[in-house]
Amino acid sequence: MDLSSINPVVLAAALMVAATPILLAAIGELVVEKAGVLNLGVEGMMITGAVTGFAVAVMTRNPYLGMLAALFGGALVSLIFAFLTQVMMANQVASGLALTLFGLGFSALLGQGFVGVAPPRTPRLDFGFLTDLPVVGPILFRHDPMVYVSIALVAAVWYWLNYTRGGRILRAVGENHASAHALGYNVRRVRILAIAFGGACAGLGGAYLSLIRVPQWTEGMTAGAGWIALALVVFASWKPWRALLGAYLFGGIIVLQLNLQAAGFRIPVEYLAMSPYLVTILVLVVMSSGRARKTLAAPGSLGRPFHATG
Amino acid sequence: MLRLEKRPQPSTFWNWATPVLAVGLTMIAGGILFAALGKDPFAAIKMIFWDPLFNPQFAAYSRPQLLVKAGPLILIAVGLAIGFRAGIWNIGAEGQYIIGALCGAAVALAFFPSPGWYIFPLMVLAGAFGGWAWAMIPAILKTRFNTNEILVSLLLVYVAEKILAAMATGRMRNPDGAGFPGSRNIAQYPAAANPELIAGSGMHWGVVAAFIAVIFGYIMLHKHILGFQVQLAGQAPRAARFAGVAPARLVVLCLGFSGALAGLAGLFEVAGPARMISIDFNVGYGFTAIIVAFLGRLHPVGILLAGLLMALTYIGGELAQFMLGLPSASIQVFQGMLLFFLLALDVLSNYRIRRSRSEVA
Repeated sequence: MDLSSINPVVLAAALMVAATPILLAAIGELVVEKAGVLNLGVEGMMITGAVTGFAVAVMTRNPYLGMLAALFGGALVSLIFAFLTQVMMANQVASGLALTLFGLGFSALLGQGFVGVAPPRTPRLDFGFLTDLPVVGPILFRHDPMVYVSIALVAAVWYWLNYTRGGRILRAVGENHASAHALGYNVRRVRILAIAFGGACAGLGGAYLSLIRVPQWTEGMTAGAGWIALALVVFASWKPWRALLGAYLFGGIIVLQLNLQAAGFRIPVEYLAMSPYLVTILVLVVMSSGRARKTLAAPGSLGRPFHATG
Repeated sequence: MLRLEKRPQPSTFWNWATPVLAVGLTMIAGGILFAALGKDPFAAIKMIFWDPLFNPQFAAYSRPQLLVKAGPLILIAVGLAIGFRAGIWNIGAEGQYIIGALCGAAVALAFFPSPGWYIFPLMVLAGAFGGWAWAMIPAILKTRFNTNEILVSLLLVYVAEKILAAMATGRMRNPDGAGFPGSRNIAQYPAAANPELIAGSGMHWGVVAAFIAVIFGYIMLHKHILGFQVQLAGQAPRAARFAGVAPARLVVLCLGFSGALAGLAGLFEVAGPARMISIDFNVGYGFTAIIVAFLGRLHPVGILLAGLLMALTYIGGELAQFMLGLPSASIQVFQGMLLFFLLALDVLSNYRIRRSRSEVA
């Protein structure tokens, strides 16, 4: 084993790239859950976004058009979930699972012709002298635009949820849907919009995987990233900035285990590869047990169906 | 405008009519999908639902496959359904299936090549134990630390897949296999094999176990106090606590039971149809079983029928893939659509649809 082959600067830069897809998916799901809806279909929406983004980017030779398509692809499949749970009053857990199962199959079907194809490259941004700074440059200022978009999105969601009228309505709907309804807010419409937003974010996260992080299309390539994003929302206690922190923590673990694999660490590759999942479970345990639970502050109506009578 | 009015009691008629209707609608939507893929929709649907059973050319091969594929689906789904009824969501059956298979195979490989009547029963115990133990992780984390069992059980699927890969390429690799990944062929080791019991029927011990599980599940859910507690906990958790139902005990029981059944399914598969531990041993039975459980209305007898139907889509899908060049993923889409339709139509059993005159509010 040769640990000296692991360069901390490269590691920190790769961490941000590894964290971005789960961060995008998690920030979308955070808004959905703040509206009181538990959508377990993140994995399905992500992989749908991954394949639509990849297909469109390959066909148009433009990665940004691909990402735009992924936004719509993710939002579109999430509307199936919205229709089931908000209009047909179906069970949210079952509908979310259905979305994941469907998404995995649907993406495999769409992606058949795209296996082994190279996507167009997404250029990295150049911030002039900032990019040329030693250490700080490669870590912070030498990324593709989506890394910065994801951070901006976190800031925007944080601001929107806390300081705007729309955000407060959304939180009211999530905390207590009966009261929100009594106040005259359209619970169903707020939730459908939130679900579509979550789907768009998850789709974008998926496209980031297939277009930038990997970059390639393979069946089932999200490999649980959607589920890690769901866990991340719990870790974040439904707070946007904590989701950013959590995503970078997970990104760090993913990158570190990949580096240890490459460095020939004396543990079989498979055991290193399971570490992100094990750490996710560990984090869930810590966050949901004992004293931590009191500060969790899950939205009051999370996962409960709402049916307006009369 | 249409509006929904909640029924005081779910409708029994619609409860059983919706799966049939959902299958019908899925056939139509599937037909449209196949047409969009440039295949003859009628030929494809016939190939999936009719030819595996009745076409003289294929039936001899595909009919036994029906039980082979339905066995694990039913076995897993019966266990899942009991938990789902109680509101305990074990969605990691795929992982429990893998660990059960690994534990069972470990016993077989440890005894290889000695004969002995006790080896297969020991494997069965090991398989059930493996699945049970893997399901105990989310169960204990849920009861001790209040951790969400949905996420934990699902994440453990990925962990189990990595363990499977490590075993297939490492400790369980066939020493006489010229370095190829994959274990010894357990199906060719007489003391450990899970053979076809009646030639040409597809019946093996796993199918027998599935039938027993259906009967056992029916008795437990509908004739035993535990079944009552399960239903109560699912429909009225607060009332259940007043009635003396210990939620923690129920979580451990439901997850343990479904885990053990999933482990058994894995064991019977590895010693029978799959023949050995290999990297791609698991084919998604644990996830498809979720669809089977819902399609069967979380009722053991319904699950039996749903399992057979789902097995049919697998076999018919393979046939259509082979004969019509239908992509293999389209069957997965087909199964996903089935669950969508089912969930959407469930509205009919829980609500009445009324035409509401627009009143001036």
